[in-house]
Amino acid sequence: MRNEAQALPQLPSPPSGGYWAISMRRLFRNKLAVVCLAVIALLYGSGALATLVTPYGYDDQDLSVAKQGPSFAHPFGTDRLGRDMMTRIIFGLRTTVIITVVSLATGSLALGITLGLLAGYFGRWIDIIIMRAGEVTTAFPEIFLILIIVQTAKPPIVEWVRGIEDSLGVEILRLGVVDYVVLSFALAIFSWFGMARLVRGQVFAARETQYVDAAQSVGCSTPRILLRHVLPNVMGPVIVVVSAGLGAVAGAEVLLSFLGIGIQPPTPSLGLMMFEHGSISELRSNPHLLLFPAGTLTVLLFAFNLLGDGVNDAFNPRAR
Amino acid sequence: MAPYIFRRLLWLPCILILVSFVTFILGRFGPGDPVEVIMGQHNNPEAVERIREQRGLNDPIVVQYVRYVGNVLRGDFGESYKYRGRNVGDLLKKKMWVSAQLNVAALIISLGLGIPLGLYAASKQGSAKDVTTVAFTLLGQSFPVFLTAPGLLLLFALKLDLLPTHGWGGFFDARIILPAVVMGIPGVAFFTRLTRSSTLEVISQDYVRTARAKGLAERVVHRRHILRNSMIPLVTLLGFTVAGLATTSFIVERFFGIPGVGNLLIESIFARDLPVISAFVLVGTTMFVLANLVVDLVYPLMDPRIRLTGGQNA
Repeated sequence: MRNEAQALPQLPSPPSGGYWAISMRRLFRNKLAVVCLAVIALLYGSGALATLVTPYGYDDQDLSVAKQGPSFAHPFGTDRLGRDMMTRIIFGLRTTVIITVVSLATGSLALGITLGLLAGYFGRWIDIIIMRAGEVTTAFPEIFLILIIVQTAKPPIVEWVRGIEDSLGVEILRLGVVDYVVLSFALAIFSWFGMARLVRGQVFAARETQYVDAAQSVGCSTPRILLRHVLPNVMGPVIVVVSAGLGAVAGAEVLLSFLGIGIQPPTPSLGLMMFEHGSISELRSNPHLLLFPAGTLTVLLFAFNLLGDGVNDAFNPRAR
Repeated sequence: MAPYIFRRLLWLPCILILVSFVTFILGRFGPGDPVEVIMGQHNNPEAVERIREQRGLNDPIVVQYVRYVGNVLRGDFGESYKYRGRNVGDLLKKKMWVSAQLNVAALIISLGLGIPLGLYAASKQGSAKDVTTVAFTLLGQSFPVFLTAPGLLLLFALKLDLLPTHGWGGFFDARIILPAVVMGIPGVAFFTRLTRSSTLEVISQDYVRTARAKGLAERVVHRRHILRNSMIPLVTLLGFTVAGLATTSFIVERFFGIPGVGNLLIESIFARDLPVISAFVLVGTTMFVLANLVVDLVYPLMDPRIRLTGGQNA
């Protein structure tokens, strides 16, 4: 009884600062993880600022320099229309940045955490509905369902956007926004459940703790308990899962674009570039057209995998 | 155990009905009216209406759906838009046979190299050989097929001229080697790591010590006590591995010009050949769901310690 009474005055400031500071320090002591962070920052930074850092436009054709190997003017060479490959790869990275950030933010973070919190805190039928819905999505191989979603959902959306374009007189379709939205949405449908299940389990544990009891007994509202008391305490594993899932999302976008259901030309995407230049004859005469995008993807996935390990070591409470 | 199997078997038709309904809707209401696609430019409203009536497209949705499922069960997935007059079922069957051979070859490489390597690494735990093996598996797992496929093609086919570049000649043909190796590399890495970790876990178990203590020959301990138990996690993950292989085979088939399902799928997506796409999704999902069910049911046979119950919510 005395212990609980003493714990009460500390409630407004949950002791999470210590955990974050310690975890971040552990992460930055890991040299490999820091290198990976730097590589990812470089690739994502150049992708996000693609229009500023690239010397050419991604669609600038110059047939006089078509199919050239690497040179000073074109470090990664040029493709069959004389477009600068480095520029196109950086714009391809922009696609990767947009897709990974949007689908993680909407799927894993927004949907996954919210549904996980709800399922874990309220239990009963809310829990049952959310978990069953999630199980159904995992029963399907995701690539097939994404295929269906994109095939069915995109044409009506394109029609709709075309209508808006006509009435407003602006060009939206050419920016590739529709592809981004549909693809991020389709990927998000498959990324929320892992996160929701994780958060739910964490909430189950947190619900039994004294600080939640205490918060309830001083009359905190349910949203306040969830957001101020429960959520900060389940964020550690969430960070670990997000960092482990980034590579998978990036890889999925590349695969889908390669298959022709992701990003459509002329918007550059690494998967699309590898599809266009993925033939034997191209590989024989202009291997740089395939090897530079493939190499960029490899570096990115490597960095994600190693960073994921590092984050796991630093943030996983069990790893201490 | 019986209720668990019953529950799993109840799930199966639910999922299959859901998938078939989605693919049906896709084929029926997806982009492009089927009749207009078939008629091409020569459509006059009367003829279109006649064909709609003939094909039963004016019937209630439920009737059409039941007919669709009936046809599918008899292996009739309709007619391809792109390959006129070709039944999608026949088309798919032929291509799937090619992809299945490629996938089996890749699986043989993954398991045939991965398990021995994992056992080897576990037996040399902590030594330089173990560390080297683990480092190599990390590399193998991180390289995307997008790099290994063109990389190995350049090296072995174009520069060294040891292996043929592309094409297909069946399971016993030199042209299967490169694509199968490319597909197998991530699998080898995965199974090496898995075998190593699960063997290490089993080695430290009490029953292994007991087996040694009662004087069993080392050979028997290894085969009956260590190997048998360390293989259990592999079985569970076999289903996922096969699904993963199928995905990589889409990429590999494209790079090596193999006439499998992957190439058919890419073609169909570009040609908007909806009957092929929906048949592909239906067959693929059904196989995936069945494979997972088989793995779940085989599991307790391998490990009598596992008692299947109805799950935590039962």
